[in-house]
Parts: sequence; structure tokens; C-alpha cells
Amino acid sequence: MTQEPNSLSCQEFQAQLPELIGSSENLAMNPHIQHCARCSSLLSDLKTIAEAARELLPIMEPPETVWKHIESVIRDEQGSRESEGRQE
Amino acid sequence: MPQVVPAESAALPRSSESEVIALVQAGDHLAFAQLYSLHKRRIYSLCLRMVGNVAEAEDLTQESFLLLHRKISTFRGDSAFSTWLHRLAINVVLMHLRKKGLPLISMDEAMEPAPEGNPGRGFGASDPALSGSIDRMALERAVTDLPAGYRLVFVLHDVEGYEHHEIATMLNCSLGNSKSQLHKARLKLRDALRTYPRQEARP
Repeated sequence: MTQEPNSLSCQEFQAQLPELIGSSENLAMNPHIQHCARCSSLLSDLKTIAEAARELLPIMEPPETVWKHIESVIRDEQGSRESEGRQE
Repeated sequence: MPQVVPAESAALPRSSESEVIALVQAGDHLAFAQLYSLHKRRIYSLCLRMVGNVAEAEDLTQESFLLLHRKISTFRGDSAFSTWLHRLAINVVLMHLRKKGLPLISMDEAMEPAPEGNPGRGFGASDPALSGSIDRMALERAVTDLPAGYRLVFVLHDVEGYEHHEIATMLNCSLGNSKSQLHKARLKLRDALRTYPRQEARP
């Protein structure tokens, strides 16, 4: 840890991170970040993870059975509605 | 009702999607198959990432589309259809998790300093940073391995793009809770992503 006098410790700085990230503060200008390579690296990693998450595409394909089950339930529901209608 | 095979999904222009929705609202089953085909990947991927389990994700996808079929007459177009459907599916997943008695928020784990030389999480982690790009499959696996509450907040915020105030409402938790869970999820993912290559290298 490289720490300037009067600046936050890594522990203090990281305790504030959940609030600081996503706030309007430019964290690159934060005095602790400017002097602490480790926290700067942590911040960069967290940013990389958030960016990678945004690029996760909805590419997983449900199996055919999902649609077949949906169709079968809809068919059953329509069947019972029709038979109820006939009874009335 | 004849069996219908949903056509391969392809993005429709907004006006065409409105027409398909109107047809579904009028009871057209072919149009519903088309709507399913258009949105099945997004909804299944959402469910799978939220619960981290294939069988449950399949059930929840089914439930979401069945609920859509029952409720589509209430869609008035005040928001984009995909946004509306997404919220419907998220509610289905959250209701399922609540029924199972699972806490939607993970217990916060203490952030202890990692021992010297240990690449684990915490204040002391001074091991190599992640490279500029992250392998998608490794990230998917790491998300699946997250504790349930961390996973929910991470998927909703970082993958799906919801704001903390929306997540706090969905999960019935405080804003600070949502931010803290997201931060801890990202810390856990960071640890996991640095560990995976070493795990995979094992015989």
C-alpha cells in the first residue's frame, strides 16, 4: 500500500467504494486512488467486470420442450374454457 | 389447436411487433408463437442467470410465457413490450425464489484483509489485475457460482441495466443494501476470474 499522509487507508477507502462507484464523483481524481496502485488496480478490475457484464448477450436457447409445454398448457386451458362455455 | 413450430427469431421493426402483439391480444396462436420466438432467448437467459440452474430456468421461462399469454390483454403499450415482458419475467423469478424461502439478499460477508501472498479477496489483494478483456464463458460461470443474493443484484444491475432504486423496490431492500450487494458480487467475481485459469490448468 502506498499511502500519502492524511489520506484514507485502503480499508477506509474500500469501505466507501459501494457508495462512491456509480456516484457522480470522478474516482480517477480521488486522492487515495491517485496515490494507491492497489486500489487503483482494484477499481480498474471492477470497471472491467461491469463492462464485460453489459456485453453478456442473451444467447442461451431454451430447449424445444419449453415451447411444447407452453403450447400444451394453453391448449388445456382453452379446452377447459370451451367445455365450461358449453355447460353454461 | 394445431401445433405450431415457432419461427426462428429475428428482430422485427417496432411497428411489426405492435401488429404481432395486437394479433396475440386477439387470440392468434401463430402470432404468440412468433412472439415467443422473438423473446425466448432473452427471457431464458435472464431466468438462467438469475437462478443459476437450467431446470429451474426452463420452468420459469415456461411460467413467464404462460403468464404473458394470460396477461397480454393488459399490455397497453405505455412502455416498450420487451421492458414490460422483462419485468413480468423478473417478477415470476422473484416470486419463485420467495416461495422457495430463499433470501433475496445474501448475508454480507466480512471484508477481511487477505493474508500476505493470498490472491483472495479483501483489502490486501495485490495480485495481478485482470487483463483488459474477460472471457465470456468464464464470467458466465463465475456469475453462476455467486451466492444467490449477489447474483440477483449483479444480473439485474450490471447485465440487465436496472438502477439501484428499481432493484431495491424489486427485492424489497434498501438502496444501500443493493449497492453493497453489487459491490461484493463484483469483488467475488474478480477473485473468481483470477482463479479460474489456474483451476482449469489442473489435470
